[in-house]
Amino acid sequence: MQTEQPSSFSFTSENLDKANWHIAKYPEGRQQSAVMPLLDLAQRQNGGWIPQAAIEVIADMLDMASIRVYEVATFYTMYNLSPVGEHFVQVCTNLPCWLRGSDQVMEACKKVTGCSNGETSEDGKFTVLEVECLGACVNAPMMQIGDDYYEDLDSASAEEILKALKAGETPKVGSQAGRHTCEPAGGITSLTDRYPDRAAKSGGDD
Amino acid sequence: MLADKDRIFTNIYGFDSPWLDGAKARGDWDNTKKLIEMGREKIVDEMKESGLRGRGGAGFPTGVKWSFMPKEIGDRPHYLVINADEGEPGTCKDREIMRSEPHKLIEGALVASFAMGAHAAYCYVRGEFHHEIASLQKAVDEAYEAGLIGDDACGTGWKFDFYVHSGAGAYICGEETSLIESLEGKKGQPRLKPPFPAGVGVWGCPTTVNNVESIAVAPTILRRGADWFSGIGRPNNVGTKLFNISGHVNQPCTVEEEMGIPLKELIEKHAGGVRGGWDNLLAIIPGGASVPILPKSICDTVLMDFDSLREVRSGLGTAAIMVMDQSTDVIKAIARLSAFYKHESCGQCTPCREGTGWMSRVMQRMVTGNAHVDEIDTLEEVTRQVEGHTICALGDAAAWPIQGLIRHFRPEMEKRILDFQARSQAAE
Repeated sequence: MQTEQPSSFSFTSENLDKANWHIAKYPEGRQQSAVMPLLDLAQRQNGGWIPQAAIEVIADMLDMASIRVYEVATFYTMYNLSPVGEHFVQVCTNLPCWLRGSDQVMEACKKVTGCSNGETSEDGKFTVLEVECLGACVNAPMMQIGDDYYEDLDSASAEEILKALKAGETPKVGSQAGRHTCEPAGGITSLTDRYPDRAAKSGGDD
Repeated sequence: MLADKDRIFTNIYGFDSPWLDGAKARGDWDNTKKLIEMGREKIVDEMKESGLRGRGGAGFPTGVKWSFMPKEIGDRPHYLVINADEGEPGTCKDREIMRSEPHKLIEGALVASFAMGAHAAYCYVRGEFHHEIASLQKAVDEAYEAGLIGDDACGTGWKFDFYVHSGAGAYICGEETSLIESLEGKKGQPRLKPPFPAGVGVWGCPTTVNNVESIAVAPTILRRGADWFSGIGRPNNVGTKLFNISGHVNQPCTVEEEMGIPLKELIEKHAGGVRGGWDNLLAIIPGGASVPILPKSICDTVLMDFDSLREVRSGLGTAAIMVMDQSTDVIKAIARLSAFYKHESCGQCTPCREGTGWMSRVMQRMVTGNAHVDEIDTLEEVTRQVEGHTICALGDAAAWPIQGLIRHFRPEMEKRILDFQARSQAAE
């Protein structure tokens, strides 16, 4: 856990509304179920990490022992208990991404941000982390930055995305190879009755 | 090859609107009241007769699972929990359902919940799917607004609520009892069974946990009939299935095909073939990271269904196909998976907590060849000690990829070790 901690935390009124909306999803007396969404709200409000004071606040709100909230906060990988860079770059290096070049994506991260796995850049702009499967395997390799998935990467496109972020620009999310979602790149091979214009060209040399 | 008229997910690529207008145009929510009016028993029977086997990996018959719920609703409410914690490496099908076909999932949840006497469904989505969670929530809001769910769902008088719950990054929560623990606001560590969730599930109440795809196909099965679904594929392995094809193919993709399609045909028809041609194939993991790898000789002819893949000592799992061509260091590939299981072990059971770390460390040495040949046998033995000795299947899942590697690629492992030894001796 981070050694320098803010002395207090309180949800903004907007986030308090959101927190209550989450709590209301669960049966009466089962408000503990909202601990995960509340930790997520706290992390978002606090710039990407959860301070100790937020754990205390959430424990009070949900009538939990704070150690139980802490236990959840440390069990799940998406909760950060110390600060991360403005752009939290998570590169999937699991098998499908590795087979299609996640090593090159990590190299691109190093080149643009100066960060190796687990490091935060000196200007605080980037944290780079190797992570496990993010569930976009037919669009490998991919990385998640903040909430967004960048897919069908190679060295060049990964570098471009990171450079754009560094320059304060907003790169295009999703496939970097021009795919809509998870269809075959060369045109569809199913559902061609519905979308004849999107069908793969079969045979011929045109 | 499956005909377009038999495809369930007609918007799986998201070319059309995922929202209510688009969904209705595709036939979702078409007289759902009539499906509900079939009654609980008939819906469960029809699902049983359809032969649908759970699409989350284990392949347990969905209708049979539904029939385990208590017939009468007692003091404790019943719940449907939908497992959208998609994290098995190679698997990315539920994501497409949630972002492009969310209404199929919500309609399926209503029908399934009614059939099990549940007035509420909780969909547990992995937290990284931020945008998919937003899409699903938007579709849920639309369904409430249109009266399709809520106090009088589709005018049936059945009260039904659908809640989206987001996870926060833990593969283990894809295990159903761990998911239930997590939904209760605890760390996601699996529970001992029995009691099974149908008796004591979330908040101590009767609960059924189903995969997203299993629920999303239910309305179409009920509309078109059990005979239609069971007529596709082979006996005991029926219906259509979403396949994810990743790795060394020319065009990685997701596609809905018939169960039992030959693996080679699936890859060549839809994924543009193996990079460099079929003869450049080394091996395939056919069902997500947990199932044993298959060498090319088996891939040449194997069919993609539960029983065919079990016969060759692998499994259909989540039908996530990871293709590796001849350029692949297959030992390193499996070592990567071992590192994954070490990372994701929840630490509750000693064989898994200690075993995944040990196996991962030895696999790292197998990659460089810094080992003795007889350590391959020790490694195999340790996988047998982990397998079957843990509360949940993560221990098994960590063991199987290594067993598959030793079964089919032992000569490569031995060669790696002998080469390392030769290099070491030469250096001395």
